[in-house]
Amino acid sequence: MDAAPNTAHHVAYTINGVIRMATIEPWVTLLDLLREEFDLTGTKKGCDHGQCGACTVLINGIRINSCLVLAVSRSGSVVTTIEGIGTPDQLHPLQAAFVKHDALQCGYCTPGQICSAIGLISEGIAKTRDEIREGMSGNLCRCGAYIGIVDAIEEVLAAAPDANSLP
Amino acid sequence: MKRFTYVRAASIDQAIESLSVHADAKLLAGGTNLIDLMKYDVSTPTTIIDINDLPLREINETADGGLRVGALVTNSEVAIHPFVARHYPLLASAIFAGASAQLRNAATVGGNLMQRTRCPYFYDVLTPCNKRAPGSGCPARTGLNRNHAILGASQLCVATHPSDMCVALAAIGATIIVQGPNGVRSIPLADFHRLPGDSPEKDTTLVDDEIILDIFLPPVLEHHRYSYLKIRDRLSYAFAIVSAAVLLTINDEAAVSLAHIALGGVAHKPWRNTAAEALLIGRPASRVNFDQFASMLLSGSVALSENDFKIDLAHRTVVRALEQAASRTPQSQFDKRVH
Repeated sequence: MDAAPNTAHHVAYTINGVIRMATIEPWVTLLDLLREEFDLTGTKKGCDHGQCGACTVLINGIRINSCLVLAVSRSGSVVTTIEGIGTPDQLHPLQAAFVKHDALQCGYCTPGQICSAIGLISEGIAKTRDEIREGMSGNLCRCGAYIGIVDAIEEVLAAAPDANSLP
Repeated sequence: MKRFTYVRAASIDQAIESLSVHADAKLLAGGTNLIDLMKYDVSTPTTIIDINDLPLREINETADGGLRVGALVTNSEVAIHPFVARHYPLLASAIFAGASAQLRNAATVGGNLMQRTRCPYFYDVLTPCNKRAPGSGCPARTGLNRNHAILGASQLCVATHPSDMCVALAAIGATIIVQGPNGVRSIPLADFHRLPGDSPEKDTTLVDDEIILDIFLPPVLEHHRYSYLKIRDRLSYAFAIVSAAVLLTINDEAAVSLAHIALGGVAHKPWRNTAAEALLIGRPASRVNFDQFASMLLSGSVALSENDFKIDLAHRTVVRALEQAASRTPQSQFDKRVH
């Protein structure tokens, strides 16, 4: 290991199926890498402290808070952000359900909610409404659309209890 | 965030060597607590040693029927592990009671052991705090202390340890395996965290340049009963005001044959009193005995200006958790109603 001060680190991520590379300082978070270096601004910065869940993305299929990850630390990972989920013409089932159930008002928390819900479904633990609520407790919605959010996830879970059947 | 040098350890020996070489270095695992503290300038390491490449991600059954969990295993991986779910349900329950799914997916068990207090004065660098800046004072003693310690505090610090997982580990009687420049040693969980005393800046008994390798869970306790009951200001995603982890066995004569009870949210470390636990042995698992136990467990409690309610709350939480365990109706971490 080199003890000399180092500031430039090369990172490479596969983001939404595309390999992206950057040279960054070690204190850059994955959230800031996505937004500032790669212009993927769908992932939102809310509290920047792991409390609100707006920055939730999937790393290797697992939901995490991207604001608490140093980008240099997880280089080489496969990341899915909201930009890689559905299209305006072909919504992901969760996106369609969020629209149907009014699961948002301002929409700022929605990318994190969708990524978190995909993670929740693939974890396979939550089956009941109580379990969905608990499993989604890391995503705050200041507009208070919680009932719609749980309704939407419940409907998608019921239709596709096997996460592998989701796109 | 203060600037730092980033290095990545390729081996355990290299991580230890790197700790020796760099003053003010911190180990980075999941980062969920450290990066947060660095963003507030509460933690200002000059070097970050990333240990994510170290071979500490396995969960293995041990020859004596226990379990060995690597320091880099995530909280989620522990909680959903089939052997843990089956044989250490108290641990799984406590982990599910803590944080959020996203945080549990990133946070490691080693990091959970090392997490710092959530005292608001510790987090606010514009205020004094003996834990963050030794000798600067403790505003919590006379200030906002609703969620602070009622047991084992000192004049210098009234902070509590925030972990749920560690409360379960205390009841289970886990052992922490660490390695330093002088080799490997094991630390019983009860001795891993310390009371604040005259040096509240030290959370643990780790010495310089030591790194956590594994957590050992003792052999599976057959036919045990358990409950993890966490009382907090909102139903989920909040730190405990008080929590209780209970492991109980009851023999054929309906008498308690083993009782391990740890309290969270009340002290600088998970709180156990084995003398009080001994009081339960051989006696019926009854409300009156649980009450008596709780009184002894909480003897010596001292309230601060805003938290006298915690003494009563802790008493009731312990009694309720014991009743939940005895009746084989452990607290659900999903259906939050307390029965």
